[in-house]
Amino acid sequence: MPYLGSEEVVKELRRALSNPNVQADRLRYKNYITKVIRYMTQGLDVSALFMDMVKASATVDIVQKKLVYLYMCTYASDKPDLALLAVNTLRKDCADPNPMVRGLALRNMCNFRMPGMTEYIEQPIVAGLRDKASYVRRVAVLGCAKMHSLQPNTEIGRDINELEWCGLLVDLCDVFISCLDSHSDGTHSLQMKDLDSWAQSEVLTFLLRYRPRSDDELFDILSLLDAFLLSSHAHVAVATLRLFLHLASAHPTVQADALLRTSAPLLATCGAASRELRFAGLCHVQQVMRSQPGLFGTHYKRFFCGYSEPSYIKFRKMEILVELVNDENVALVLEELRSYCTDVSPELAQAAIAAIGRIARTYSEKCLDILTGLLGLKQDHITSAVIQTFRDLVWFCPQSTAAVCQTVGACVDSPQDSEGKQALLWLLGEHGDQISSAPYVMEGYIDGLKTELSSAVKMELLTAAVKMFLCRPAETQDMLGRLLHYCIEEESDVCVRDRALLYYRLLQRGVEETRKVVTGPKSDPSMSVLTGRQEEPISDTDVTLSSPDDAEEEISLSLGPPLSHETFEKMWLDLETLHRQTLGFPRPRAAPDTLQAALQLVKIQTLAFTPGDTVPWKAYIYTRSTETLILAELLQGDQQAPGSDESLVVSVKQQPVNQHAIRGFVSVLKSVLQTLNVDTL
Amino acid sequence: MISQIFILSSKGDHLIYKDFRGEESKDSISVFYEMVTALSGDQPPVVMVNYGFWGDLMSGLHFIHVRQGGLYWVASTKTNPSPFTIIEFLNRLAALTKDYCGSLSEKSVRMNFALIYELLDEMVDFGYIQTTSTDILKNFIQTEAVSSKPFSLFDLSNVGLFGAETQQSKVAPSVAASRPIMSSRGEQGGKNEIFVDVIERLSVVIGSKGVLMKADIQGEIRIKCFLPTCSEMRIGLNEELSIGKSQLKGYSSAVRVDECRFHQAVKLDEFDTFRILKVCPSQGEQTVMQYQLCDELPCAPPFQLFPSVEKDYVNRSVNLSMVLIFLKLRCDLPPKSTALNVSITVPVPKGSTSMSQELSSPDQTAELQPKNKALLWEIPRFPGGAQLSALFKVDVPGLSSASLLEVGPVSMSFELPKQTCTGLQIRFLRLSPTQTGLSQRWVRYVTHSDSYTIRI
Repeated sequence: MPYLGSEEVVKELRRALSNPNVQADRLRYKNYITKVIRYMTQGLDVSALFMDMVKASATVDIVQKKLVYLYMCTYASDKPDLALLAVNTLRKDCADPNPMVRGLALRNMCNFRMPGMTEYIEQPIVAGLRDKASYVRRVAVLGCAKMHSLQPNTEIGRDINELEWCGLLVDLCDVFISCLDSHSDGTHSLQMKDLDSWAQSEVLTFLLRYRPRSDDELFDILSLLDAFLLSSHAHVAVATLRLFLHLASAHPTVQADALLRTSAPLLATCGAASRELRFAGLCHVQQVMRSQPGLFGTHYKRFFCGYSEPSYIKFRKMEILVELVNDENVALVLEELRSYCTDVSPELAQAAIAAIGRIARTYSEKCLDILTGLLGLKQDHITSAVIQTFRDLVWFCPQSTAAVCQTVGACVDSPQDSEGKQALLWLLGEHGDQISSAPYVMEGYIDGLKTELSSAVKMELLTAAVKMFLCRPAETQDMLGRLLHYCIEEESDVCVRDRALLYYRLLQRGVEETRKVVTGPKSDPSMSVLTGRQEEPISDTDVTLSSPDDAEEEISLSLGPPLSHETFEKMWLDLETLHRQTLGFPRPRAAPDTLQAALQLVKIQTLAFTPGDTVPWKAYIYTRSTETLILAELLQGDQQAPGSDESLVVSVKQQPVNQHAIRGFVSVLKSVLQTLNVDTL
Repeated sequence: MISQIFILSSKGDHLIYKDFRGEESKDSISVFYEMVTALSGDQPPVVMVNYGFWGDLMSGLHFIHVRQGGLYWVASTKTNPSPFTIIEFLNRLAALTKDYCGSLSEKSVRMNFALIYELLDEMVDFGYIQTTSTDILKNFIQTEAVSSKPFSLFDLSNVGLFGAETQQSKVAPSVAASRPIMSSRGEQGGKNEIFVDVIERLSVVIGSKGVLMKADIQGEIRIKCFLPTCSEMRIGLNEELSIGKSQLKGYSSAVRVDECRFHQAVKLDEFDTFRILKVCPSQGEQTVMQYQLCDELPCAPPFQLFPSVEKDYVNRSVNLSMVLIFLKLRCDLPPKSTALNVSITVPVPKGSTSMSQELSSPDQTAELQPKNKALLWEIPRFPGGAQLSALFKVDVPGLSSASLLEVGPVSMSFELPKQTCTGLQIRFLRLSPTQTGLSQRWVRYVTHSDSYTIRI
């Protein structure tokens, strides 16, 4: 941020730096230079002092030199013409007898990011590559990389032969070692043990690019790297795991074994002293659990929250606890989650209640007891969260309806926030026939309508009242009339008014007509496509594992305007296949319209597919995602396509290209088809 | 690959900024600070800039930060590196800064910014991590650290590092280990010291009936070395130490850990038979061994709590009611040892207005924190074998019987100096005879409560 009076400061500094008295006093001079750097860090523009600073670089004091170079690198791109003046000093320093000065000068000269710099740095880099000090050689090799990024098509060191390069690279012990390795004759002379942990993980990341030529070579590499799975540095262990998952994508047993072996170091990072490291560990555990849900079940106590932990760790731990619940640990996990429900932070308490609700889908009885007990606390945020949890529970797990209704009926105080009110109203409307006090509770809301601020609550109230009218007309008729009257005559919100008018006219058409429109199924089993978590094959994990994204961004698909057959055919012929994947399971045996409906549910449109059991079986589908159109073909039993006789092969074409969208699309498609397979079996 | 590294104070002041690849402008600092402070509460360490939101300029930029010493240590990157690598690097950077500057605070970073720039220059080049080893770095670092420790009487009377008391002759003074490692070159020279710390973090959950539900110990052996050069050092651990569940020996006195991991420089050839670690410590602080023990404590948990919570009506007609919380706390440590800085947090019902308490000695304090819905009871010293009790009367208007459920779980924090829960001990610490000059060796033990929760 620009400071007030920055010009004054710069003027002051310039006066001081050019004062011969100051220049004579080394300490004072250095102090002023330090001051310049301090201002620079704070964000003040001190580029006007460039000339004075260039002068200051001619010194024997290395610390001062370092500071001045830092200054020059920062402002070189702003003042290219002045920076060229500095280049001479730097080149002179590159020939200094002290290797530290040589390295320093070379490194900083390469850091000047300005056009036309390459011609000045090429010669010093080449000289640096042959320097007798390893420090300078190291700097020079990185200089090559910097030069490459400045001017991508330059070739440096043509006159340096391969043997010298080898020497340099081994000496460098850096990224390039593996590059060299994978190009040479396959003798993996990976001297990884001698590298420090940073270089190790760098090499491991680099090896991701390498494709082994045969399985033998693959297993050679894996056994070489095996020890690193248990490295005491978490980042090395995880980088090794990532490489294992990547290389052994065709060998699920090897992958599973690698995951099993790294589970110990991963768990250890979940208890690390640094909470940032803990968080990263937890995220990785979560990823691993998607393909290996049983792996951490016995270690559930590791995921109990410590009271001093920051909330982002607690949230993660709760998510993990929900996933690893099984018959043995459910009682203790619930007891632990129960103790978080009264936490000081309302967000945390609500998340804990929601977590119990998730577990209730499998272990409803125990969870309902806890949730009912929580209602007794009579705290607004807890009551609201419990009611919302009930709503979700009834939807996902209809068999718990009776118990929930009993509890809701007995619950005396009502939630105060709009989310909670909506949830309660939904429950009253949907299951009003089972809650004896429902009309009276609703009447309270209708009487307090004038003071209600949220229009979402009003809309929910309208729907609930109409539904209630359908099942208990005698008790509801009067209040529904009042509600409709108020909403149509006095309400200022257009949405609410429209909704009320809609119901009014609907009711005019008769009760049966209304019933047909308003009451849908109480729960939708096809929702499991969206909510049920499939066991992902491990091979999917390595894409997301180790990526620093907090969570893989959800891809949203949409239908958009329909495509005609001709357009589809034309585009299909024009476009290149971007992605081809064997899905690993046969086509779903569901009826054609079920298949079509299921795909439509996740916003994938079916264009055409071959009927019944014809071989080869084909289907053409398309969908849209953020500004791209995805076309895909599903194929099974074609002689030409390898691997398609047992399992579906999907080929994807897209316009314009967006790999992220393709990944999202394929995973959505897989989960739908897998669910259909499970359902029809 | 790291694109930029910067250090911000908690108020967002730029303390250090270094750009390694020129991919991003300096605006990313303010983008980061806005994102991290936008929401209340702590933010997770990995933040990604949304696509498109900040324009194309910053799309796909990741920030990874750690918080240490009240500062944000941030790295930004455009590639897709492992978050572990960056987090561990930032932690290492903070540790090195602490080694070189003596302590970690906004002030020490401000005073030593030239030194930190120098460090960064050697540690990272073009986004690749070069080295973080003190042995290599010390050849390149020329700036003298400016120690920010002013003289104060408070320091003298202060209880020592990890709560150890200074009066006792066997314990190193607290400030001894928090000075810059390089300053030995200057006038302070001659103090050749090595500190070996065994630090354990205890995380315990005790159920409502006093049953131990969960007990984890995470321990580490840490060396802080001030010797400019150090030849091989031998650290002898308990001979009866057994590792893993399978190796349980018949008699119960064995010291057991589930799992241990070592720094890669540690030589383990004598570990299997004699439990001796051989290491050449480099200057500065490093962790040579990490170990953990789960689900089983070799001794009783250090504290047992016997609570009783009752409802009491003062005046039923005006609905003035109070909760009586009677806590009896017993310390199950051996009589010779002491727990320090014990603090007990008890959640109280919402709407608690005031509290009166009866404590057993004047050095204890108790206060009600309505913001956290909790009462805090602090005991500076708690001798082993002792039992303390306290009675709290909390006024809660409009108390219902369900409100009593809000009391609990009780959480405690404390330090146990000169004490390890696993029983791991260092038998001896030998420097090889070739080591010149007199050197002082210190061994310190401490157990911290990472999380100690007792349900009511």
